Order: sequence, then C-alpha cells, then structure tokens
Amino acid sequence: MGTLAFDLAHLLAGGMLVLSFLLLYQDRITAVINVFAWQAIALSLSVAWQSIVQEAPHLVATAVIALVVKGFLIPFALHRIVRRLDIHREVEQVIGGGPTMLTGLALVALAILLVQPVREAGGTLTREDLAFALAIILLGLLMMITRRNAVTQIIGFMSIENGLILAASGAKGMPLVVEVSVAFSVLIALIVFGVFVFRIRERFDTVDVSALDRFRGERRER
Amino acid sequence: MIAAIDVVLILPALAIPVLALVTNYRAGAFINVATSGLTFAAGLLLLASERVRSDLLIVDDFNIFLVVLTTFVGFTTSIFSATYIAHELETGRLTPSFLRFYHAMYQAMMWSMNLALLANNIGIMWVGVEVATLTTVMMVGLYRTPEAIEAAWKYFILGSVGISLAFFGTILVYLVAQDVIGQGLQAMCWDLLVGAAGQFEPHLLSLAFVFLLVGYGTKIGLAPFHAWLPDAHAEGPTPISAVLSGLLLNVALYALLRFKMVLAANPATLNVGAIMAALGLVSLLFAAFMLYRRRDIKRLFAYSSIEHMGLATFAFGIGGPLANFAGLLHMTMHSLIKSAIFFTVGHIAQVKGTQRLADIGGLSTTHPVLAFGFALGVIAIAGLPPFGMFTSEFMLVSTTFARQPLLAVVLVIGLLVSFGALMLRLQDVVFGEPKGSTDPVKASSVPLFIHFALVLMAGLWLPETIVHWFRTVAALLG
Amino acid sequence: MAMIFGFLYELALQGVQMFIVVLIAPLVMGVTRKVRAHLLRRIGPPLLQPYFDIWKLMHKEAVLAHNASWIYRVAPYFVFAVTWVAAALIPTYASGLLFSWSADLIAIVALLGTARFSLALAGMDVGTAFGGLGSSREMMIASLAEPAMLLIVFTVALVAGTTQLSSIAALFSTAAVGLRVSLALALFAMMFVGIAENARIPIDNPATHLELTMVHEAMVLEYSGRHLAMIEAAAQVKLVLYFSLIICLFVPFGMATGERSLAAFAFAMAVYLAKLFVLAALLPVGETALAKMRVFRYPVFLGGAFAAGALAVFLLFVSRGF
Repeated sequence: MGTLAFDLAHLLAGGMLVLSFLLLYQDRITAVINVFAWQAIALSLSVAWQSIVQEAPHLVATAVIALVVKGFLIPFALHRIVRRLDIHREVEQVIGGGPTMLTGLALVALAILLVQPVREAGGTLTREDLAFALAIILLGLLMMITRRNAVTQIIGFMSIENGLILAASGAKGMPLVVEVSVAFSVLIALIVFGVFVFRIRERFDTVDVSALDRFRGERRER
Repeated sequence: MIAAIDVVLILPALAIPVLALVTNYRAGAFINVATSGLTFAAGLLLLASERVRSDLLIVDDFNIFLVVLTTFVGFTTSIFSATYIAHELETGRLTPSFLRFYHAMYQAMMWSMNLALLANNIGIMWVGVEVATLTTVMMVGLYRTPEAIEAAWKYFILGSVGISLAFFGTILVYLVAQDVIGQGLQAMCWDLLVGAAGQFEPHLLSLAFVFLLVGYGTKIGLAPFHAWLPDAHAEGPTPISAVLSGLLLNVALYALLRFKMVLAANPATLNVGAIMAALGLVSLLFAAFMLYRRRDIKRLFAYSSIEHMGLATFAFGIGGPLANFAGLLHMTMHSLIKSAIFFTVGHIAQVKGTQRLADIGGLSTTHPVLAFGFALGVIAIAGLPPFGMFTSEFMLVSTTFARQPLLAVVLVIGLLVSFGALMLRLQDVVFGEPKGSTDPVKASSVPLFIHFALVLMAGLWLPETIVHWFRTVAALLG
Repeated sequence: MAMIFGFLYELALQGVQMFIVVLIAPLVMGVTRKVRAHLLRRIGPPLLQPYFDIWKLMHKEAVLAHNASWIYRVAPYFVFAVTWVAAALIPTYASGLLFSWSADLIAIVALLGTARFSLALAGMDVGTAFGGLGSSREMMIASLAEPAMLLIVFTVALVAGTTQLSSIAALFSTAAVGLRVSLALALFAMMFVGIAENARIPIDNPATHLELTMVHEAMVLEYSGRHLAMIEAAAQVKLVLYFSLIICLFVPFGMATGERSLAAFAFAMAVYLAKLFVLAALLPVGETALAKMRVFRYPVFLGGAFAAGALAVFLLFVSRGF
C-alpha cells in the first residue's frame, strides 16, 4: 500500500476521532448536531477512500448512505426536532466538561493500548482503523453516559455507529457491511422518529430543566 | 423440496404482511396461533430431518433443541396471547389497529429469533438478535403510556448500545478469522471459525469476546447492563414479557455461547469462563436481593429472570461437562417456567386490574386455579423438587462445590436469598386476605399446565436423546 | 583567511537572526493594532507607533514604590533578556546557523517559563491588590497552558525524532512528513496556547483599562518609564516568538536550508517576513470575532488545547506503535 493511501486514510480516520472529541466539547445542541454532520461526512469520505484502496465498489453504497442519511437528512431532522419540541438549547451534562475530556483522553489511550498488540499481519492500516474506531465507539458511549438529553444521546449512538462502520469498512473484504449500514440507518431513523412522535426529551427521569432555570431565574453557564 | 429449516424461517416471515393486513382481530389472533403452531410443527420435523449446514444456516445439536423450545413457547404464548388481548380490547387498553401491528410484530420477533438460532454466519446471527430487539422494543411501547414509552426508550437505547458493541466484537472476530480462513463470507461461518480457532490470533480474539460479552450480555440482562430489563418486562403486554424472559434472553445467551465455543477451541485466549462466572454470580446476588423490594408483580419476575440468566451464565462460566449440562438444562427450564409464570401473572393482573403486589392477595379463595398455577410456578422457579429446575440447580451446586467451594457458598447464599423472597411473595399473593376483584377468569389455562407438565417431566425423567444432545453441546462448550 | 571570512559570514547570519526579532517586534505589534483598528472601522495608530511609544517611555522617569525591592527593578530587564534569548533561538529564515545547536524546543519553553515566573514575582513585589491578582491569574493561565505546550513539544519531537528546532524545520520543509493529523492538532493547540500566553482575546484583552478584567496589564500596572518600556518590548518580542515558532514548526517552507548564498538568504528572509505579517494580520481578525471570556472559562479553553495536544500524541502512537 502506498504512503498516500495510508496518509489519507489516517487523516480521515483521525479527523473523525477529533470530531468525536469536538462532540464532547460542544455545549450547544445545534453545534453538536453540526459537528456530527461533519463526522458523518468524514466517515463517508473515509469509506469512499477505503473502497478505492481495497477496490471494493460495494463500499461506495455505504459511503453514499453515510453522506446522505447521516450527513444531511438526520441532522436536518434533528434541527427540526430541536426547534419544534423547543428542547433546551444547552447540552445538559452529568459530569463537567473537564473531567469528561480527561476521561475521553483516557479512553482513547485505552483503545490504543488494546489494539496495540495486534499482529502486524493485519496491516498497519487495519490496526490503525481499528484503534480509531474503538476510540470513537468508546467516546460515543461516554457521550451517551454523560449527556442526558434525548437528542444528544441519539448523536452519541450515531457516533458509535460511525465508529462501527469505520471498523467494518477497514476490515478487508468483510461481507454484509452495506447491509449492516442500511440496517443501522433504518434503526436510527426509527429512533429519531420515536423521539419526534413521543416527544422524548430526557432519558431516565422527567426533570424539566428549563423549569429549574426559571425557578432560579438564570440559565446555566455550562 | 423445502426442508423443515426453511419452513421455520419462511412461515413467520410470510405471516408478517398477512397479519399486518388482517383487520379483524379474532382472525389475526387465529392466524397468529396457526402460524406459531405450524412453525412449532416444522421445528419438530427438524428433529427428524438430518443435520445440515450451509454458509448461512446450520442445524446442530445445540440449536435444534433451542429452536424446538422457541417455537413451542412461541406457540403456547400465542394461545395465551389470544385470550389476553381479547381482555385488553374489552378494557380499552388496546385498539384493533394496534393489534394488527402487535400480531405482525409477534411473528417478526419469532422469525428473527429463529433466524438468530439457525444462523451459521455470525453476521446473520447478529442481525437476528438486532431485529428481535427492535420488534420487542416496539411491543414494549405498545400501550403508549408515559411509563411504557420510557421503558421502551430505555430498552431501545441500552439495547442499541449493546448491539453496537456486539457488532464491533463480530467485526473483530472476522478480522482474526480472515487472516486464517481468507476474506469473504467463509470467515464469518461459525463452524469454520470453531474449526480454525486454534490458529487465530489470541489477543484480538479475546478482545472480541469482551465486546461480545458486554454486547450480548446487555441482551441477556446480566447485572451491570440489566437496567432495561425490569422496565421492559413490567410495562409491555404480558405475552411479550413471557417471550422476552422465556426466549429472547435465551437467544442472546445462545449467541454468546456460540462465541465461547470459538474461544474454547483456542487455548491461548483469555479465560473467559472466569469473567462469565463473575458476571453471572453478580447478577444472581444482585437480583436475589432486589427481589425483596419489588412492589410490581411483573417487575418481581423480571428480576427473577436476571437471577436465572445469571445462574445459567455462571454455569457456563464454570464450564466442564456437568456445569455446562446444568446450564443448558437451566436455560430450558427457565424458558418453560418463566413463560408459564407470566401467563399466570397476566391473568392475575387482568382480573385484579393491577400489577401492584400490595393490591393482589388471597387468590386461593377468589381464583383457585390461578392460585394453583401461581404456586406451582413459584415453587418451580424457586428450584424446589420435583421440578426440572431443581435438577439443574442441584447439578450446578454440586459441581461447583466439587471444583470451587468458595464460589459455591456464594451461589447457595444467592439461591437461598431469592428462595426466601419468592416464598414471601407466594404467601402474600396466594393466601391472606382476599383483595381486589373476584370476577372469574375468562382465559385458557391449558398452555400454563402444559408447561408445568413438561417441567415436572424434566424433573423426574429426561429423555435419552435430550441428555445426549446436552452432553454433546456441553463437551463443545469446553 | 577564507575560514575567518566564512566564520564572520556565519556570525553575521546568526546576528541578523538574533536582531531581526527584536527590531521587527514593535512593527509586528503595530500591524496587528492597525488591522484590528481597521476591522473596527477606526483609523488606528500609525504602524510605527509602538517604536515611538517605547522611545517615549525610555525617556520618562521611572516611578518606584517605596517598598519596591530589587526584584521589582531587575525584573523588566531580566524578562526582556530572557524573552529575547528565547526568540533569538528560533530559526526564522535559515536553518543550520552557527548557534542552531542550542535551539532546543524544551529550552525555549523553559526560558518563557522563567520570564513569566519573574514577572509574576515582580507583580506581587509591591504588594498592591492588582499586582497580586494579575500574578495569580497569570500563573493560573500558565499552569493550564504549559502542559498543553509540552504536549505540542512531544508531538513535534516524536514526528521529527528531535527537539532541535533547526533540524525539525529542515525536516518539515520537505514532504517526507506526509499528511499528519497529529501536526494539525498540534497547530490547533499551539494557537490556543499562543493566544493565552500573549494575553490576547479571548483570554485577556491587551487594550483593556478595566482593572477587573485585566490579567497581564494588572500585573504590570505599577510599572512606568524605562521599566514599562522593557516590559512592552518583551511582550512584543514574545508575540514575534510565537509567530516564528508557528512558522518554523508548521509552515517552514521557503526557509534557507541548503544553499548558503546571500541571495538565498535574502529570499528566505523576505518569505519569513511575509509569513510573519500575514500571521500578524490574521490574529486581530480572529480576535474581533470573539468576545473576552470569563476567568472561569479559561480551563475549558485551554483544556481544549490540552486535549488536542494529548490527542496528537496518541494518534502518533496509533500509527507507529510504541
């Protein structure tokens, strides 16, 4: 594999990981949605590049699905949900930004350490994709745990799924990748639909934070 | 020539659109029962036909009895469901249009569980479990109450995360396999994986199993990942609680065990048995203590499901022919007993109009048949002789005492604690002051007593073929 | 003879490198002020105003508090000297100069830390409330920025295999490095750190006169005359230092690395100055788009830099292993 193939794959996968961090860093829901759209675009570029490198034309379908559904349709729908349901515009965090970021860094380190001893036979690119994908999945989990709002949880889940598709497209000749990406898109569409129809705002408890804000007469800084 | 294996998959799939279109709920319920019955018959035929394998599907000793069990419980539950939903329509909790959806989803769930069980390809197996989860999510939210939607949402989110992690594990398994087997579909075939597992890269394979354990463990309802389970059981329609507990948890455990067999064939991997045993024991203890504080009758048995899945996982974690045998038997017994219990609980909740334990009492005077069924169920699930669960628990405890005496002490404590909780509830519900409505039950108790008869039979005498299957699978499980 | 001329030539080149950063610093500051004023629809001071300011301050009487100790008097000169040394070490227009061996990234970070420490000490020396407040805030920012800076150093050093700036610049000006996310992240972190260290918006406002929002200005509030001139000059040199560091690490293209002719050096110098002024013009563009942050938000801002730096290091480990 040429160095350009490697560098570009590294750049795109690394870019996705950086965007995962940005997802954690944002404190406005609309910004989170936009960052997610960027991540989906990066994913679609990465998958498209993999399809060229591996000479696997079927991956193009996955790339197009990622671009259209997750890059445009879902963010658009989420923006609409945020407006229509009048969801609190600030991301509610269970733990603060600093500890979240540190935990995120620790998770990335963990992902790298876990994938590190993988034998070289898989190829550097596979190993690297795997490490990035694992880190993105773990960060997505972290986001789902530390953010309480339904919309941010969906985004956390979708970023997990981005990591999965990245890993699946990196695994050479893996069957069913396209089918799985379609299945995931349907799943996500259902989730988004469910949120919209049932007006789910919070996850486990029904504390209306905007009521608290009104009570205190101020909005939270973070 | 269509083989039985195809029928098991095609029948429910064909029934889905039909059920979605039939507007009359009685006809829908009938088609549902008929389809489930025919699928069960096809499942029985599967026993007679020869074992086959392809790159996508497989029939072997391990899944054949689970397919029969699944189609059987699916059949009996469909009978129970027919009487159950009639009552729900009367009380106005459901409308006919919801029932169309309900029946279609029921068959979709049966189809996906059969698919997961029969799949040889680990990707297809994953798809089966995912679809089964999705359909049950929709059924859990069927009543559209805020609690039901919250339960469905929780189940959805946790289930999706679990399924994502399981998929990552599947990708990792493919990655290790493609080095040895070569790229393409073959590297995802379970039987080829077991055959070549000895040459797999052990580190990555172990990592894959950790993800699969967390992923499918969420579906099994193992302790740290169990949060969705009580809510989903309590808020959904009772037939769904019955199949959730009786079948879906089994299917998830089955998927995990398939991967455990792959790891068992490679001695250089992580000792996954220890992790599984630990998770199982934690689930058992946690659920046993949680049983005391339940106020909702369906939630009570949901925790009991966590406990028993913990027991089964512990058994497979301990490993060895005897413990694996006990685990397989336990899975089977739990399916039969727990679905029967949910049938009873469904009837009880319907006649009393509540699921609150505090409002249910004195069944022996108001509804003797239900009281009898409930008492049988609780006695069976508590592991008292002569029911089949006594056999499995006895085998498990004795083999654990022989090999890990300290763990056995914890195990016995967990069993006794849960036993105490169940007996307390039995006392309150069956005896004591009669509470609530005394209307007669308009439901068939046949499925209930068929289950108990089977469990009783398993406790007294196990057919030689079943013992043989269990032995073969137990040997494979390592 | 030729050897002596050669030596003198090299010495002259090194001398140009050392003096250019000091001589050009006020002009760079003038450019940023001018651009900022234009962006705010004002005319702004002349480009050369910083030179006049320093000249004026040099001729004014330095007023000292009664209880000022020697630290207070020495600190401005010390800060200026240390900052100058640090700035002079960075290869600006050519690599492989006479003293290039001493241009170590860690040394530069350490020198800047020393300067900051002595200035913070001087701020507290007189014992006024504002000095102490400014010092404590400055140290808080430093304690957040320094780890991020060190991670940047790690990243660059891991990519280049050395912490020696001249070699790094020579390596990075070739295409051998390839596309590296790590370096992009390091640049990102470097911009954050640079903004914080140079007391620019959104961390600090260099033009503020509202004491409560001051950080750097509060610390040097008591200074006047030639002392203030030294501190101002040091601040300007520090800005040039960060610009040069970014140029040297991330856009070293055009630097004279091989050929030793005068024309090559002149061309490289022109390129360097062009890059410097582009950065000087870009800084106020970014600044006008942002509002000053509250003090409690600093950790989030610099935490971002730290995270970017750490991520950069991690990413390197992914691709090359331990």
